[in-house]
Amino acid sequence: MQLTPDSINPKVLEAQYAVRGALVLRAMQHERALQQKQTLPFNEILYCNIGNPHQLKQKPITFFRQVLALTDYPDLLDMQGCSEVFPADAIARAKDFHKNTPGGTGAYSESQGLRHVRENVAKFIAKRDGVTAYADDIFLTDGASQGVHISIMCLVKNELDGIMIPIPQYPLYTATISLNGGRAVGYYLDESQGWTLDVSELDRALREARNQGTNVRALAVINPGNPTGQCLTEANIRQVVEFCERNNLVILADEVYQANVYGDVPFTSFRKVVTHMKSNVELISYHSVSKGMIGECGRRGGYMELINIDPVVVEQIYKLFSISLCSNIAGQIIVDLMVNPPAKGDPSHDQYEREMKDLFESLKRRSQKLHAALNSMKNITCTEIGGAMYAFPSIHLPPSAVQAAKEAGMTPDTFYAVELLDATGICVVPGSGFRQKQGSFHFRTTFLPSESKMDDVIDKLRKFNQSFMDKYS
Amino acid sequence: MQYLQSSGKVLTKKNINQNLVEMQYAVRGLVPITAERIQKEILNGDTSKPFKEVLYCNIGNPHSVGQKPITFYREVLALVDCPMLLEREGVEKLFKPDVIKRAKELIGLIKGGTGAYSHSQGIEGIRKHVAEFIKGRDGHPAQVGDIFLTNGASSGIQMILTTIIAEPTDAILVPLPQYPIYSALIKLLNGTQVGYSLDESKGWALNIDELMEKIREARVQGAKPKALVLINPGNPVGNCLSYDNLVDLVKLCKAEGLVLLADEVYQENIYADRPFVSLKKVVRDLGPEFSGFEFVSFHSTSKGIIGECGRRGGYMELCGFDPEVQAQIYKLASSGLCSNIDGQVMVDLMIRPPLPGDESYEDFTRERSAIFDSLKRKSIFLHESLNEIAGVSCQPLKGAMYAFPKLDLPPKAIAAAEGAKHAPDTFYALSLLENTGICAVPGSGFDGPNHIRLTFLPAEDKLKTAMSHFRRHHEMFVKKYS
Repeated sequence: MQLTPDSINPKVLEAQYAVRGALVLRAMQHERALQQKQTLPFNEILYCNIGNPHQLKQKPITFFRQVLALTDYPDLLDMQGCSEVFPADAIARAKDFHKNTPGGTGAYSESQGLRHVRENVAKFIAKRDGVTAYADDIFLTDGASQGVHISIMCLVKNELDGIMIPIPQYPLYTATISLNGGRAVGYYLDESQGWTLDVSELDRALREARNQGTNVRALAVINPGNPTGQCLTEANIRQVVEFCERNNLVILADEVYQANVYGDVPFTSFRKVVTHMKSNVELISYHSVSKGMIGECGRRGGYMELINIDPVVVEQIYKLFSISLCSNIAGQIIVDLMVNPPAKGDPSHDQYEREMKDLFESLKRRSQKLHAALNSMKNITCTEIGGAMYAFPSIHLPPSAVQAAKEAGMTPDTFYAVELLDATGICVVPGSGFRQKQGSFHFRTTFLPSESKMDDVIDKLRKFNQSFMDKYS
Repeated sequence: MQYLQSSGKVLTKKNINQNLVEMQYAVRGLVPITAERIQKEILNGDTSKPFKEVLYCNIGNPHSVGQKPITFYREVLALVDCPMLLEREGVEKLFKPDVIKRAKELIGLIKGGTGAYSHSQGIEGIRKHVAEFIKGRDGHPAQVGDIFLTNGASSGIQMILTTIIAEPTDAILVPLPQYPIYSALIKLLNGTQVGYSLDESKGWALNIDELMEKIREARVQGAKPKALVLINPGNPVGNCLSYDNLVDLVKLCKAEGLVLLADEVYQENIYADRPFVSLKKVVRDLGPEFSGFEFVSFHSTSKGIIGECGRRGGYMELCGFDPEVQAQIYKLASSGLCSNIDGQVMVDLMIRPPLPGDESYEDFTRERSAIFDSLKRKSIFLHESLNEIAGVSCQPLKGAMYAFPKLDLPPKAIAAAEGAKHAPDTFYALSLLENTGICAVPGSGFDGPNHIRLTFLPAEDKLKTAMSHFRRHHEMFVKKYS
């Protein structure tokens, strides 16, 4: 063999991405066994490991798919009967797209993404935040993931460069930092306060990193939080901005869950705060079509907005986009629809509003139900789910469980998650996949299965947890 | 430590990833960027240019210059993206039975629809079809587990090179001239590029002895050759390798311990007598001795007749890889979750077109032939008209979508280029753009200096006009710098 684990890029080996890691591979094995009619203690795998709404039967937004069909197959627009099948505003939207995009969905766009889409994104930001926004500051990406990959690739120039990441975090950050040979500098969110972000903890993390010779370049913040589900208050965001100003850090603001807010703290964008503070802090904000209520994960659509970045650096970032030519056009179209949905008075408006509202209320109900249920289970506590799509409960494992895990060669929360999977078919992600405070254990579960399925999940989880905790008492 | 530069910015050109700063990608570099600026000026009312519009011949982007998508593919995609259409009364009036059948089949394979993340390697059912396609094409089986559906071939290439390049001395052999994604990625990943020259005088032929020499030289200089890139049919040069060429190459790579990376995205764009022979077929034909030989084949929905660039669809097949290494590549794929589903659907459609007897077969064949025949005519036309120009010479265009003619530039032009701080062919390409509106990429962007790459994708009448402008410009340019 020419290529062996010893001879390939060691950074690839180091990078971990638990959301689709070992536990999921095990779940897929069980699923194959079920397909081969083998007998297991459950009839199906319940994938609660990943924020993938449509896979769990959530319906797409009707209007979006209608427009997409008309941009996929524009000849429909000229067919008799088109206006009987499609609402007038979907037709208008598709016609508009074709006018602006002569090559259609099959042509590479400019590498930054279609201009008319970027203009709509700028309008959306302007409206949301009360600021002036520019199409030139926006890049359309294959999911927010691509934006994060490119930003970190740009920022990390050698193994001394570090990026501050929340603990717990969405493991794209540590994986990407590893891949680029940089250092992840963790700052702990405070679970006892509902996963709040404390500036004194940011100071501590930065100071320690610098003492170790790390050149800390940026701070990544996920708001609403993943896996932790909290929303930062505006005051908190201000503090973070001031911290970054003081310490010359770039802010990487992952705001993909901005439409998923269920608690009392509303979503405030970093962009809004930075602009209203008249701050010169350098900011990259990420958004995606994968989350919210629209859940178009498979589309791979998203954008990033660059604020206060040196134009020469923006040119370099542009170059990175140019080597993969452009993000996929259908994804760009969904971004356009996300930021510029049917307006009041449009034929599809009411249906759109209703679909969004129903989805939102359902997500909120599920978040509350799950939260209550987890807190009623033995040795499990869960903070309030203020946003996003996940619960990240704390499991207080008895010492004998910790010991059993050690003997099995797994981290205690992985051990719990494997036992859970093997007993019930429920696939979650162990907290160690997101990093957590030493000695604490968690798991992340989505609440995306349908409401009735969630009842089933909760029921199975409760029973399993009870027997697990009883066994290891 | 100094945290803030004098510009007051945290991020400056000097303190970001320097590999990125040094990296170039000419296909969307200086000349196309200039062209965009000019196009914008014209749209804003500037009439000072001697032309009314820019003719983009810089990039293989068929639909942007008037090539039509294949109807069957778009019909199926629309239904797969909007399955509620299938439930509407009268849907059979809008779509043929085979379209509806194919859409239903695909919907059945795609759990959660086109809006859900799929398996990180891509939808299993589609990968099965890819495996069947490969078997049908080559006569040798392919494994579903060895196939990855990717966002264009570009994304697969990036994953593989990221995995292979472990240290700065790790060297990747790249044909010269090359498609610059390779040089860009090798630079970005801080590896070493070692070029092996294709012989222009012999129609850009592969010279195995020269290749062997380059490998030896590289080793002497302390580099560690790990992989070799093969682009077949060639980009920018349009050559097609023979079966024997490929056999020699495989034997060499096996002997020298190189992983072979076969970029075969133009496999459907072959206009001359040679049929396409895949690397996979050659390796498997060589028998059990080569069963452990490591190679990757890349394909894409961006080229061929389908030209669905904006879809970002593609796949790669990994053969002979250590399962642990393959698992690492899976991990890389999983951190981007999956490639976009419409792109995956387009891969399925590309490799499983309508068959004789299907309702859409006739229209499909007609569309396909029209596009292919036009490309073939244009390849011949471009080759002939370029060779008619004194000081311009072009090899036969056997495949792909580009002409890569050599330019005899007068010494005064070369001096003027130097004065303007440009490579001579960049200087020429900028002059061509300013005087005719034709946007083409300087050969130095492909490691083929004193050449220029032109696509032959624009419509035949536009191309004819463009060629006469090109000729006039060349004559004017040579005269100016004599």
